[in-house]
Amino acid sequence: MNAEALAKAVFVAIPLALLCLRVLPLRWALRVPAAIVAAAGLAVALVVILSPGILGYLISFSIMASIYAVLSLGLNSQWGLTGHLNFGIAGFFAMGAFTSALITSTAPTGVLADYSQQAFGLEMPFLIGVAAAAIATGLLAFLIAIPVLKLREDYLAIATLGIAEVIRLVFQNERWLANGPQPLRGIPRPLSCLVEDGGCSWLPAGVVDFLEPLAQRDYVFVYLVIVTLFVALIYLTLERISRSPWGRALRAVREEESSAAMNGKNVASLRIQSFVVGGVIMGIAGALYGPYVASIDYSHFRPLFATFLVWVMLMLGGSGNNRGAILGAFIIWGVWSGTAFLAEAITPILSMISPDFASRSPYLRWMLVAILLEIIVLYRPAGLLKEQKVVSRFLPGQSRRS
Amino acid sequence: MKNTEVADDDDVTDDRAGAGSRIGPILRSRTALAVLFIALGFGLWLLAGAPEVPAKQLLSLTVWGVMLGGVLALGSIGLTLVYGVLQFPNFSHGALITLGAYIAYAVIGLLPPGSELGPFSFGWEFLLALFIAMPLVGVVALAVDRLIYRRLRNQRAGLVLFAMASLGMAFFLRSCVYMIWGPDFHFYYQGRSNPAMELPLGVRVQADQLFIVALAMALVVAVYLLLTKTRMGKAMRATADNPELAQVRGINTEHVIALTWILSGALAAAAGVMYGLTSQLRPEMGFWLLLPIFAGTIMGGIGNPFGALVGAMIIGIVTQVTAAFISPAYGPAVAFILMVVTLVIRPQGLFGGSA
Repeated sequence: MNAEALAKAVFVAIPLALLCLRVLPLRWALRVPAAIVAAAGLAVALVVILSPGILGYLISFSIMASIYAVLSLGLNSQWGLTGHLNFGIAGFFAMGAFTSALITSTAPTGVLADYSQQAFGLEMPFLIGVAAAAIATGLLAFLIAIPVLKLREDYLAIATLGIAEVIRLVFQNERWLANGPQPLRGIPRPLSCLVEDGGCSWLPAGVVDFLEPLAQRDYVFVYLVIVTLFVALIYLTLERISRSPWGRALRAVREEESSAAMNGKNVASLRIQSFVVGGVIMGIAGALYGPYVASIDYSHFRPLFATFLVWVMLMLGGSGNNRGAILGAFIIWGVWSGTAFLAEAITPILSMISPDFASRSPYLRWMLVAILLEIIVLYRPAGLLKEQKVVSRFLPGQSRRS
Repeated sequence: MKNTEVADDDDVTDDRAGAGSRIGPILRSRTALAVLFIALGFGLWLLAGAPEVPAKQLLSLTVWGVMLGGVLALGSIGLTLVYGVLQFPNFSHGALITLGAYIAYAVIGLLPPGSELGPFSFGWEFLLALFIAMPLVGVVALAVDRLIYRRLRNQRAGLVLFAMASLGMAFFLRSCVYMIWGPDFHFYYQGRSNPAMELPLGVRVQADQLFIVALAMALVVAVYLLLTKTRMGKAMRATADNPELAQVRGINTEHVIALTWILSGALAAAAGVMYGLTSQLRPEMGFWLLLPIFAGTIMGGIGNPFGALVGAMIIGIVTQVTAAFISPAYGPAVAFILMVVTLVIRPQGLFGGSA
């Protein structure tokens, strides 16, 4: 095992440790060391056994699945917790991605400015970009919520579908804002100095030497850690929320609006609050997406990728269950990625029917995912992991499994 | 998730208005909304007239708006019927529109090309294709109902599952269109010109556009006669009004639902074919039309075909007139803003519910 593999293993071990911490059925005193040992073992095994290509693919896969997990968690706090029918996830996602991109990137100057335009580029750090994305999408969610949330839930579905379309149209047509139909390039990657030559100046020399063997292309390992930390943070926050008085009030509003109101809860305000919380989380997902793909344009935020897939994920994983939201994101992103191979495999059969069909095999994936959603809706609307009845973290036996 | 009763929430705003000051109900009345839209229309006209847009062009845009409104109306009427009878927003309606347009395209490809009919750019095979596509898409809509929505009905599923299933269906149908016809643009008649005719007052329209308006109006009248003069139409309106009461009075609601789907699908197909005639066929066309159609439906009041016609006309005209001073790409955005205005002022629409 060389120095490069060791450095990679360290990065792979962090998300695995977080996962082990969540799933190992042990007491905390035992769980922490067990999780660290298990994660380290697994990480080393993965890095040694898998070829660099496959490992890289797995890492990229996990990053995208984690970003989807954030979206799915955001949707869960709207739909699972309060029953908001948001069909415009793409709009919030785009808003977050473009806001953070504009905040963190550098506005092109000189000759470049003729080819690439953007309204501003503030060159702020990554976390400020995330915060700005959260604020912008929160405001957007608030503005939609005021007129629409008072009405029946189907109006919200139509209105959010509309707002997502409008946002996409704006980013598609306004060249001055974010380079219009052309991609907005050069979104800086946080902590990219870790894998650059020379290392980060603020790190101790020992760490810089340890990371020395990593090359630019190994940045995905760093980014996986960043994204999974966000997933863990949002997950813990939402779990905390759903056990809090606020979460209970939201579920009360979802189940029986009038009795919640009778018990002195401000129903309208609670509904708006949970919608905004979900919107903020979706905005954070957008801020996480930008640096990963490095250049974004309107076509990334089509309803298929950014709305439909997320709904399938949450419906499969289990509405109202945060673990289900994350699980669903990984499964459906796996299915989506897997169907690419499947579509490739059946291309010869398709080309026997018609040569046109072979080139259109990507669209088979849509069809499969759509059929999957119909099956879930018809036969298992509660999803894989059913909603847990969580009343309070102080009530034993119901909230904690171990 | 509990199956929440949502059908009778319409009067929520009325309650709030009643509890508030006396100005509330007046602001929320039908007249107020109508006045607002008329004022908005005039405002747009004046605004459009300001930056050297000749009055002639403005008039032409209005006429084109009527044409677009006619196409949208066919979509909106189908949508509002389903919305009223089945009580859920059918997000796959746009996909039905696309499917109709492409089925007609396929039929035209099979038939021998005829020469142009009079001043129009199309031949007799186009008309045949239109009347083949309409029942076919109706059958597709019915088949989807039998496969999915009827099962959900039998499970007494909540509105959200219906909405979700229809969203899934939208993507399924669109992927079918992508698979069969590919992502490229298609035209019914490649390279055939349809020069604009000069009408009185300097209005320039193509003969095809006049045909579309005429056909849309004919179909609207046919639907109106069906709904008001036949027993089935009466049963349909009764079911849209109150499904349980309709059943109690001996109406077979399953028959009504089946007919609603066929009618809705057929009208969607007609809308798709007409839209395809004036622009081009692309798999996203239905989705692009979905938002204006929903806006027209909501503006006219859900479940009200006459309201849907008026709403769609308003949406069509405003969308076209605004194109004089903002990018036409923002058409759905204009429709969306009108929809939000309606939702804020009068959620039950111009002709819906009791104020």
